[in-house]
Amino acid sequence: MSKERAAAGAGQPFLLIRNLVKDFDGVRAVNDVSVEINKGEIFALLGSSGCGKSTLLRMLAGFETPTSGQIQLAGQDIIAVPPYQRPINMMFQSYALFPHLSVWDNIAFGLRRDGLPKDEIAARVEQMLKLVQLSTYAKRKPHQLSGGQQQRVALARSLAKRPQLLLLDEPLGALDKKLREQTQMELVGIIEEVGVTCVMVTHDQDEAMSMATRIAVMSEGRILQVGAPGEIYETPNCRFVADFIGSVNMFEGSVSADEPDHVVIDTPEGQHYITHGITGTLGMPVSVAVRPEKICLQQQAPTQEQRAQAIEHGYNCVQGVITALAYFGNETHYHLRLDSGKVLKVSRTNAARHADSVLERDQRVFAWWDGADVVVLTS
Amino acid sequence: MNFLKQLVTLRWLTGRTAVIVVPFLWLTFAFLVPFLIVMRISFTEPDAGGNPFGTLMTLVDGVITLKIKIANYLFIAQDDLYVLTYLSSLKFAAITTVLCLIIGYPFAYFMARSRSTVRPVLMMMVMLPFWTSFLLRIYAWKGILANNGILNHILMSMGVITEPLHLMNTQFSLIIGMVYAYLPFMILPLYANLVKMDGRFLEAAADLGATPMQTFWRITVPLSKSGIIAGSMLVFIPAVGEYVIPELLGGPETLMIGHVLWDEFFTNNDWPMASSVTVVVILLILVPMAIFNKHKAEQEARR
Repeated sequence: MSKERAAAGAGQPFLLIRNLVKDFDGVRAVNDVSVEINKGEIFALLGSSGCGKSTLLRMLAGFETPTSGQIQLAGQDIIAVPPYQRPINMMFQSYALFPHLSVWDNIAFGLRRDGLPKDEIAARVEQMLKLVQLSTYAKRKPHQLSGGQQQRVALARSLAKRPQLLLLDEPLGALDKKLREQTQMELVGIIEEVGVTCVMVTHDQDEAMSMATRIAVMSEGRILQVGAPGEIYETPNCRFVADFIGSVNMFEGSVSADEPDHVVIDTPEGQHYITHGITGTLGMPVSVAVRPEKICLQQQAPTQEQRAQAIEHGYNCVQGVITALAYFGNETHYHLRLDSGKVLKVSRTNAARHADSVLERDQRVFAWWDGADVVVLTS
Repeated sequence: MNFLKQLVTLRWLTGRTAVIVVPFLWLTFAFLVPFLIVMRISFTEPDAGGNPFGTLMTLVDGVITLKIKIANYLFIAQDDLYVLTYLSSLKFAAITTVLCLIIGYPFAYFMARSRSTVRPVLMMMVMLPFWTSFLLRIYAWKGILANNGILNHILMSMGVITEPLHLMNTQFSLIIGMVYAYLPFMILPLYANLVKMDGRFLEAAADLGATPMQTFWRITVPLSKSGIIAGSMLVFIPAVGEYVIPELLGGPETLMIGHVLWDEFFTNNDWPMASSVTVVVILLILVPMAIFNKHKAEQEARR
């Protein structure tokens, strides 16, 4: 006990989740989740629907009781604390603004429950309205506001009590795409201004990537990988994460050479020469993952000068026919059918005008990539 | 001219009008026309020739005579009996409504919060009494509440009382009967409202620090306002004119307007007077409702 107390001091993470399990009628929704979240972080739980991310968030808010495991906030075990006594506030999916109360009363709701003096409540509500730039809308009812305004009221309401932990459940899910991009920035700006620690749940990887300091990718109740957005994208630790975040080409093969400075992996589509630090036993089955934007596409075979590293001709290079292309303005996506029948996804940034006119459908082209730009996955 | 043209070409006969026309005709001939007839009777005098009521308009020797008798209305306004009976009807209806709300709300809340597999069973239990004759059910209360009835029997055998309580034909027995009969009409609209309520509002309130009790009063009750109003109307309006329950369970101190109506029609055979009483009852209920609805519509518009 005393040891734990001592540990609760400096080195302790702000929010500690340990071996958390939640069963619903025999179905395991959250399966042995352990994660540590630091003060001031914006931590995203990312996964498709039914992966357990919302259940995890609801356990933090206190709406679900864990089957087993621990949740500690600033060293305090909070599992036994009812939701209305937790120093945690949540911004609900599609906001759950009280329809019979005005914007002002919605924001003041939590402050009134705390029994704060009237003038302090007024000051706090005014401050919140200013923070989300809705001062002139105080008297409106929620249904008189646009989606973006409702989202800001919901944020103001969940921040009004100055929670130690802010939970965001699909914070931008109810907004249309254009508004979402703009609101992402605003939301992060406000959260950072207030300095609150934040756990958000989202199924939208763009949202997680652009807002979070760290992301936990979840599937079937488990956390598969935790890391900064760049780590998750560039060094996924398993096939699921590589495939779930962004788009990826996977080559299944096995290790055929393991040298100090490189490994060679044989796949039906050709040999892969990988220069960064992995080792494995010969014959070990692995996947080679290449992101579409890491691939170069050209009509002629790549020359040695183009390939900066001294890789013998034939490695990391495939040929195929362009079967489909989609022009997005800023970039173009190609589908390349390789000789093995596999379809390779390639994307090219249209840095120069008319750059896309060079490659056309049904053209036979070379696709190649650097040995440092691929990820080898074993699970 | 235009209107005639439209009428002839049957252009008005779209699917929409066809749907509206049936309830429109029903309401016109089953409610509006009879009400106008009742209103007309209330302004006439009992006919000397044996008819229960006379005519408003006569044509004799080329002279149209319109005779409107307002004495009945003046009498109603002046006679204590009528005024007191109206007030007593409103009082019992109001007590019934409030008690139904107090008993029905927790019941409806419980139904709405129970598992969706149990709900049809609970709903069935609320509806079940309707399968027995209404009269029979009210009569059963006589058996329970009478001096030598079941309730007194139980209380005496338990030793709680030594003398039988006088429960029948009092305000108490009347109100028990009314609340019993009208409770389902309160529960059903409340249930329909509460079952639709978004559970996230309750979670949001809890999240913001409201205890379960505060959540109930600040969120659940205001959000179920329309259900409360609908249920109260469904109980209050028929309760004002209730005749059967006061006749069977009520006593000398529970005079209600339904009884007066009956007396005027069948004992005094005074149709014009009975009609006047009816018109006043309807106005007493309709006018506050109309004002309320108008107020509500204005409120909606202002939002």
